[in-house]
Amino acid sequence: MVEFLNFTLEGLSAGMIYAAIGLSLVLIWRGTRVLNYAQGAMAMFTSYLALLVINATGNYWLGFAVALASGLVIGAVVERVVIRQVTGKPPLNAVIVSIGLLIGIEGLAGLLFGSNNRSFPPAYSINGLSIGSVALGITWNDVFTAVAVLAAAGVFAVVFRYTTVGLRLRATAFSPAVARLLGVRVGRMLTLGWALAGLLGALAGMLVTPSTFLSPNSMDVIFVLGFTAAVIGGLESPAGAVAGGLILGVVLSYAGGYLNSQVVNLFGLAALLLVLMLRPNGLFSSAPARRV
Amino acid sequence: MTTTPPEPDQTSSPDQPSRAVPLVTKPSPPAAAPPAAAPPQSGRFRVPTLARHLGVAVLAAVVLAIATTMIGDYRDYELAEIAAFVVAVAGLTVLIGLSGQISIGNGAFMAVGGYAAALLFVHLQWPLAAILLAATAAAALAGAIFGVAAARLRGPYLAGATLMLAVALPALSTQFQSVLGGDQGLGFYISVPGFLGINFSLSRWQAWFNCAVALLVLILLANLTRSRVGRNWRALRDDEVAASLAGLNVARLQIVAFIVSAACAGAGGVLLAVWIGTVSTSLFALGVSIQLLTAAVLGGLGSLVGAIWGSALLVIVPTFLANFATSHGMTQTTSSSVPILAYGVVLIAVMVGFPGGIQGALVRFFNLRRRRPADYHQEEKGST
Amino acid sequence: MIRSHQVRLGALASLAALSLLAAACSSSGGSSGGGSKGGGRTASDVGITPTTITIGSHQPLTGIAAPGYSEIAPAANAYFSYVNAHGGIFGRKIVYKYLNDQYNPTITSTVVHQLILQDKVFAIFNGLGTPTHLAVAQFINSEHVADVFVASGCECWNAPSTLPDTFGWQLDYVREGKILGKYIEQHFQGKKIGFFYQNDEFGQDGVKGLSYEIPKSQIVAKQSYDPTNIKIGPQVAALKAAGAQVVVSFTVPAFTALLKLNMLGLKFAPQLVVSDVGSDAITLAGLLASFAKNKTAGFGNSLTQGIITDSYLPSLGQASNSWITLFQGIYQQYLAKTIPAFDGNVLYGMSVGYTFVQAMFKAGKNPTRADLIAAINRGLSQAVAVAPFGYSSTDHNGITGAYIGTIKNGALVSDTGVFVTDDSATGAITADSTPQPAAPSTGIPSP
Repeated sequence: MVEFLNFTLEGLSAGMIYAAIGLSLVLIWRGTRVLNYAQGAMAMFTSYLALLVINATGNYWLGFAVALASGLVIGAVVERVVIRQVTGKPPLNAVIVSIGLLIGIEGLAGLLFGSNNRSFPPAYSINGLSIGSVALGITWNDVFTAVAVLAAAGVFAVVFRYTTVGLRLRATAFSPAVARLLGVRVGRMLTLGWALAGLLGALAGMLVTPSTFLSPNSMDVIFVLGFTAAVIGGLESPAGAVAGGLILGVVLSYAGGYLNSQVVNLFGLAALLLVLMLRPNGLFSSAPARRV
Repeated sequence: MTTTPPEPDQTSSPDQPSRAVPLVTKPSPPAAAPPAAAPPQSGRFRVPTLARHLGVAVLAAVVLAIATTMIGDYRDYELAEIAAFVVAVAGLTVLIGLSGQISIGNGAFMAVGGYAAALLFVHLQWPLAAILLAATAAAALAGAIFGVAAARLRGPYLAGATLMLAVALPALSTQFQSVLGGDQGLGFYISVPGFLGINFSLSRWQAWFNCAVALLVLILLANLTRSRVGRNWRALRDDEVAASLAGLNVARLQIVAFIVSAACAGAGGVLLAVWIGTVSTSLFALGVSIQLLTAAVLGGLGSLVGAIWGSALLVIVPTFLANFATSHGMTQTTSSSVPILAYGVVLIAVMVGFPGGIQGALVRFFNLRRRRPADYHQEEKGST
Repeated sequence: MIRSHQVRLGALASLAALSLLAAACSSSGGSSGGGSKGGGRTASDVGITPTTITIGSHQPLTGIAAPGYSEIAPAANAYFSYVNAHGGIFGRKIVYKYLNDQYNPTITSTVVHQLILQDKVFAIFNGLGTPTHLAVAQFINSEHVADVFVASGCECWNAPSTLPDTFGWQLDYVREGKILGKYIEQHFQGKKIGFFYQNDEFGQDGVKGLSYEIPKSQIVAKQSYDPTNIKIGPQVAALKAAGAQVVVSFTVPAFTALLKLNMLGLKFAPQLVVSDVGSDAITLAGLLASFAKNKTAGFGNSLTQGIITDSYLPSLGQASNSWITLFQGIYQQYLAKTIPAFDGNVLYGMSVGYTFVQAMFKAGKNPTRADLIAAINRGLSQAVAVAPFGYSSTDHNGITGAYIGTIKNGALVSDTGVFVTDDSATGAITADSTPQPAAPSTGIPSP
């Protein structure tokens, strides 16, 4: 029973991390219709910047702020300098460019910071919480992660649904041509979409990195799982990304705890395929796929 | 087969197939080139497609056979690697460029082919050709199963499913360790056949075998893409709804495309096993799947010649950069990242500079030089 | 439908261009001059000139395996630089060409073929990794190139009949498991024991060795992890639920640190026993340093306190050990600028470099590859390792034993003498009381 509780809570806290990456992918997808394979690498890079600040000043929250700000800037710069160049080109070109970015950013990080694992501070204590004598298997830091991810998802959903900026972002993604006719400054919206996704990615990096350690490749695996979470949830929906992350986290946790480590990813694949066979556009897809 | 957006091909609408793989849905750029006009047909002798492809292949085989005797063992070995990737990339470029589906997980089907081949080699000692056929069939079967499961998926959802397939499948080798060899994998040490003599270099034999298979696969694919199936795929890619209304069985066409690409990946996996002499999970890690996609797009999506360019780049550039780094003293833990950074920059630069991939750029270059736009469109469609 | 010639031209042009490119590149790998000059030194074999010995390697300088391991080749190279600066090997300088394979067997195969076919190296030295090196071992042997001191503890390198030119170096994981298992069996009698291991050759061989020694009745849980999945919480919870009082872990350093962090999260505090691979005190302390509530100095050390482990090299904490002094000096001179700490990986790289120089001296003044193989097959005298080498024409494993120690205040303190054993299920584990020889004052093995 305690074991089951532990597995569940472990799964949920891992799921929050997948959700964080998933959210940033959803944001970029909704804003610009691009899947950014460099999202994890960008988050890795902002985490390095945060670590530099934290080590220099000893202030975690200053580093946190620097990470978010640099995520915003890097997202915008990447869109303006690189992604803009392949706008209107065949769709897969943007994918390959983002893969190029992924490799390039990892190379740059290796060049600047070396390839060794770095210790990365958590926001809050990593000592376990317990109720009575029962250790839950989660920590205050896990709680903080969950709160931060849920808050980000909430803000994101509200911005997209209720604000003018959100409407413009959605219009741009839906049809740049129509949006332009309606007076939306499409270029600006695309940059904003990438900037916000960069910020969300940086948040994810801050939350994830204590449990992966920091190295140029530290976000690779998390990115794959975050991508999977976003797909399970349906790429259109922030709530979907959170739900997808939690489902994936719990499934992987039960597989790892009750069965063994080699079947973990197979169960991830099974969960993904099961969801997609029932709902080809993810759990939270709003519009049904166009079928005849 | 179309690759570059500005150049429409004849069977598809002049509107580019940007929706084909809606990882990015942006409006198609207006066609820059003039609409394809039917080239003058008079005064030219029509050679049957198959014969023409065979002619090209025989010529290529002769060139390659001569080249392998001149370039030395190491370059032979590299050639064998390129050929292995050509097979897998060609299948993927057909899947994406023609049928409009995407796979980021074809490394998984390479693994199926490679492991099936190694099992047949270890337990049944079949001849290499039989192993190749059976292992390709096994990969095709795996592709069929996955294709059926994923038949309703599109764009990023299909990308996600195939990505997870590539991540998850290698775990089977530890799960069924006694059969699949776990971390150590399975040995697949081929030797030079006796009739070539004992002094014939193994690298050259590997190059011969892999190049021969690659040429064969290219011929088959070139004919397939020009057959009715190929035309139906293009119709499907350009407008799924219209294709469906026209009476095409969308799901079946997509599954067939998946099977073809999985079979090619499987054959590529066998060639990779022949090349390296062993199969193990790390040989088919996620990175390989990403590399296949990269090579297909860099070479020029939908173009079989592009698959050759993409595979060559895939093999030559990283080794070149690694050597460059070493010979310039970049061997410390930090400076060894310079070639990685450079590779990323190369990928971005090619995509920005040549949106239609290398083949797209070459075709356009020669086309401009020869000022024969009409011919060029002909070209585009069924480039080998 | 008519097609122009352009397809054919395109295809042919690409093929022709490729061949040309290949031909142009292939001409660069020439053979070195074979003249004899300088003290009767000749170009006795491929890769050897009167003044140089060129060796090659494949190493993960970037990518998933780079953390930690990317230090090994530069460390070995630093030792070679030291040797070169102090007379070399019979006057020849070692040229060490290590290429980045990113821990990807496909790249490993390409770079090793290049090193052998084009760069004409004398030997492949210290190629790193089990899956990577397995992809090339057969080829290296078929070319009769010396494949010495593979950086992996897989038993697979000990195959003198099928891989006669391949030699392991470090204590193999089965032996290591046996030595740790024996210690646990003696010191934790009746305790419940859980295993936590990396689900590959490394972890599985370790568990095999452990299982030879620890009674089945005591083993309450075996949990593994996949190195691509950092979320090991469920496995740690399962170890806790099984009531394990001792957890033996065959993990790489990052996962040893994750194990410790997950234990804190679960308020689970069994005795931790870690294999040598995952127990470098400096690396672990570095990984854990940031987790203190308020930047406590030495926090990492407080988390590694009391971990039991084994080692086949002298402890970095023993500043007075002649080997540590020697390597510390070389580290300061050649590496301190590029590698932040003199840690276990640096020690490993220099030690294996020392062994290579030892073998080369033994191979003679004008050695061939066969001379080097024969020299190692005749056995190497004990030097950098705490236990003797087991090399013979029928045993290619390498170091045969280790001592058990505890991490105290950030350094490994030995608790026992050295135990040696073989890798069989029944082979005895015996104490080896021969003291480790001191490092030569020159820092270079004598011919």
